[in-house]
Amino acid sequence: MSYLAITDLQKHYDDYHALRGINLTIEEGEFIVFVGPSGCGKSTLLRTIAGLETSSSGSIDLDGKDITELASSKRDLAMVFQSYALYPHMTVADNLSFALRLAKAPDAEIKEKVQSVSKSLQLDALLERKPKELSGGQRQRVAIGRAIVRQPKVFLFDEPLSNLDAALRVQMRLELARLHKKLGTTMIYVTHDQVEAMTLADRVVILNAGQIEQVGTPLELYRQPNSRFVAEFIGTPKMNLIPLDQAVKQDSEVELTLLGKSISFPTSRLTGELSNHTIMGIRPEHMHLVDQAADLTGKVELVEHLGSEAYAHILLSSGQTIIVKASARIDLADGQQVHIQLEVDEMILLNDQDRVISASTEGE
Amino acid sequence: MKRSITRLLMAPSVILLLIWMIVPLSMTIYFSTIRYNLLYPGQNNFVGWMNFEFFLTDPGFFPAVANTLILLASVLIITVVLGVLLSALIDRPFWGQGIVRVLLISPFFIMPTVNALIWKNMMMNPVYGIFAWISESLGFEPIDWLSSFPLASIIIMVSWQWLPFAILVFVTALQSQDTEQKEAAQMDGATGWHIFRYLTLPHLARPITVVVMIETIFLLAIFAEIFVSTGGGPGYDSTNLAYLIYNQALLQYDVGVASAGGLFAVLLANIVAFFLIRAVGKNLTV
Amino acid sequence: MKLTQQRKLRTVLTGLFAWTIALALFFPIFWMFITSFKTELQAISVPPSLFFEPTLENFEIVQERSNYLHHAMNSVITSFGSTLIALAIAIPAAYSMAFFPTKKTKDILLWMLSTKMLPAVGVLVPIYILSRDYGLLDSRTGLIIIFTLMNLPIVVWMLFSYFKDLPKEILEAARMDGATPWDEMVKVVMPLSIGAISSTGLLSIVLCWNEAFWSLNLTASEAAPLTAMIASYSSPEGLFWAKLSAASTLACAPIVIFGWFCQKQLVQGLTFGAVK
Repeated sequence: MSYLAITDLQKHYDDYHALRGINLTIEEGEFIVFVGPSGCGKSTLLRTIAGLETSSSGSIDLDGKDITELASSKRDLAMVFQSYALYPHMTVADNLSFALRLAKAPDAEIKEKVQSVSKSLQLDALLERKPKELSGGQRQRVAIGRAIVRQPKVFLFDEPLSNLDAALRVQMRLELARLHKKLGTTMIYVTHDQVEAMTLADRVVILNAGQIEQVGTPLELYRQPNSRFVAEFIGTPKMNLIPLDQAVKQDSEVELTLLGKSISFPTSRLTGELSNHTIMGIRPEHMHLVDQAADLTGKVELVEHLGSEAYAHILLSSGQTIIVKASARIDLADGQQVHIQLEVDEMILLNDQDRVISASTEGE
Repeated sequence: MKRSITRLLMAPSVILLLIWMIVPLSMTIYFSTIRYNLLYPGQNNFVGWMNFEFFLTDPGFFPAVANTLILLASVLIITVVLGVLLSALIDRPFWGQGIVRVLLISPFFIMPTVNALIWKNMMMNPVYGIFAWISESLGFEPIDWLSSFPLASIIIMVSWQWLPFAILVFVTALQSQDTEQKEAAQMDGATGWHIFRYLTLPHLARPITVVVMIETIFLLAIFAEIFVSTGGGPGYDSTNLAYLIYNQALLQYDVGVASAGGLFAVLLANIVAFFLIRAVGKNLTV
Repeated sequence: MKLTQQRKLRTVLTGLFAWTIALALFFPIFWMFITSFKTELQAISVPPSLFFEPTLENFEIVQERSNYLHHAMNSVITSFGSTLIALAIAIPAAYSMAFFPTKKTKDILLWMLSTKMLPAVGVLVPIYILSRDYGLLDSRTGLIIIFTLMNLPIVVWMLFSYFKDLPKEILEAARMDGATPWDEMVKVVMPLSIGAISSTGLLSIVLCWNEAFWSLNLTASEAAPLTAMIASYSSPEGLFWAKLSAASTLACAPIVIFGWFCQKQLVQGLTFGAVK
């Protein structure tokens, strides 16, 4: 049996359906990331697990116990908030020990735990300070420390890094990953930042409009999205989605027609029926600018140089602009005509219902 | 479980206020239907509407109602209009702002009885008062404020007390006005008047509602100023409802009629409150 | 004129204007204050005298004749007593309404406010009779009860609007840390709102200190606070302005000075946090 099981969870606000039947199981020790655009319900889901929001129907089981109706304080979960939510009137030491004191733990135990946690988070020199005397990164560490001290069954993180500046965010991200390795405790982490999701998660849960869109490891989601939403949501810059003129299924090949050129796609990879308006999806790094005529032709509209690489925005004759990754040293003039070669192995196909109807190639 | 705890926490306040509201009010209703004069104990028979008739036909009744409303309206207008104008004019950093604030708010902390005595004696006295001295210095006949303009005198005293409050509320509110918005308007060619009319005034809508509400609560109950300065007179010229009822109850000992009057005051307050509470409720975010 | 000069002039004019209004409004208080140091003859001199040799004899006479300290004590006891009781009752209520709001919360709040709108005269008679029957006429206890109930709605409202502005996440953090609602209130909300609670208390003290209707009608001498003591100067002693001024200065000084220190919080409080 799984460690944390969420079954058909629904959440209605007055006239707003925030969670529309969430089913999810999480194993002990997993690092799970909830990701999605704002308003998708990821925070509501986390807060419902925390018991800070009540569910309208459905159940949540933790470690073999139904906790759906249990008060937050009795769920044995710890949460790290976006604003850190430190107690401003208490010192760092008191912040760290608050939960233990509430639980009436013996003084010696409290002292020992606070000491070991503060040492591991490099907070030992700050124990007597108040939160307002700390920097953003230090506050963040106190908030994490406050959660660790309790040795909870699950850690919940609600966009914990979004208030930090970019450099600190990268550093804290690494610290969190390290922490998870060390503690091995189950962690659920909400973010809207897909880089955090990709780098931290064992499994990513993508939410959209109160429903789970897809669950999988970061690489699975990247290589084998099962819907247009996921395909577009994961990856920067976005996956290019190009409508095909025609897609005709033959024996072993599907013949895709695109702006007058034809491309063949192995039938074996098809997982669903072709529809009238099939769309092809391909990531910028799976297209290459080449010298002689190839799969696509277009005009350079704009080149973004990022230093390590460059992204060329190319206008196709259909009027659509696609993005192609190019080498850092590429030298393209605006308006210049270019030829593009596609990596068919990395392509996906979508039907007119925005569902993916192709499987990724195995073995790579 | 959560629910019962939260109810328990609210219970003392709610129950006490319920008692505070219901017990005396129902007693007032009961008294208003019986003959009840403290000078003639024991003759407490039911008299129906007679006390109301007495109260409504009392020669002081119409003046008292009119005075109550005039007092309320005048003070509200004076404090809100002057308050808005003055606060808009001083809404700019200047030297000694802190001291000005302290000076401005001071009248608000003066107790009503002292307020009335200062004005009655040292300001408005026709012989030795500051006003008399000013009139004479300018070559005018001094005015005997309290006997010639009793209600206006009360209005001046009460406004003096509440104008500072209004100014401070508005100044505080103006400090939270978006300066970028004003700057954008200036770039768009708005004049000072335009900014006041289209940005400042709408920004003050909520504080104005609040000031009107708070002042109304206190102004309907003005009592001490009249008690100490004019004693309601001359005649009924400065008697308001509160003072008239006090007069019936504790000077003429007619509890029955005073109770009838009290109910009438409650009715009047409810009419005013109805509109106010609605206005506030609309602005209230829970 | 150059723009910078124009701006400077504006600042100076604003300052002048503000100072003029402030001084004009403050003048009666100033006049009362200096009159209290005059002799009776100087007090009524025409034209009014600004320069004179100050005397303290008025203050001594006030203490002797009307027993100032006794009434001041009554004021202190009734206003502080009723404020403490009101806070004790209101804090749990405000906490519950701010952090566990239900659909009825708004109605309850508005209802509480509406009880404040009930004119005191409407219930003067029964309160007077109840006080008489229970021996609470002219007693501090009676006044404390009335003051508590009178200010309870405002105290609840003020606390409610302060509590509502506390960051919700801190309370949620406490909840996750295993705090019961009671722990939350006592160990998190109250320490966090010491400022808010004290400024609410201050406002309540000011309102009680200056309350005149009930203290005039329900007390005579034993429990009369300063407001009632001053009223006794309205007729005969009114002719003695210097003494009247001394008594008034003594009655108002504590609360005016008190108010100076917390005027900002008081304005915020009395407007239910609608104005910040």
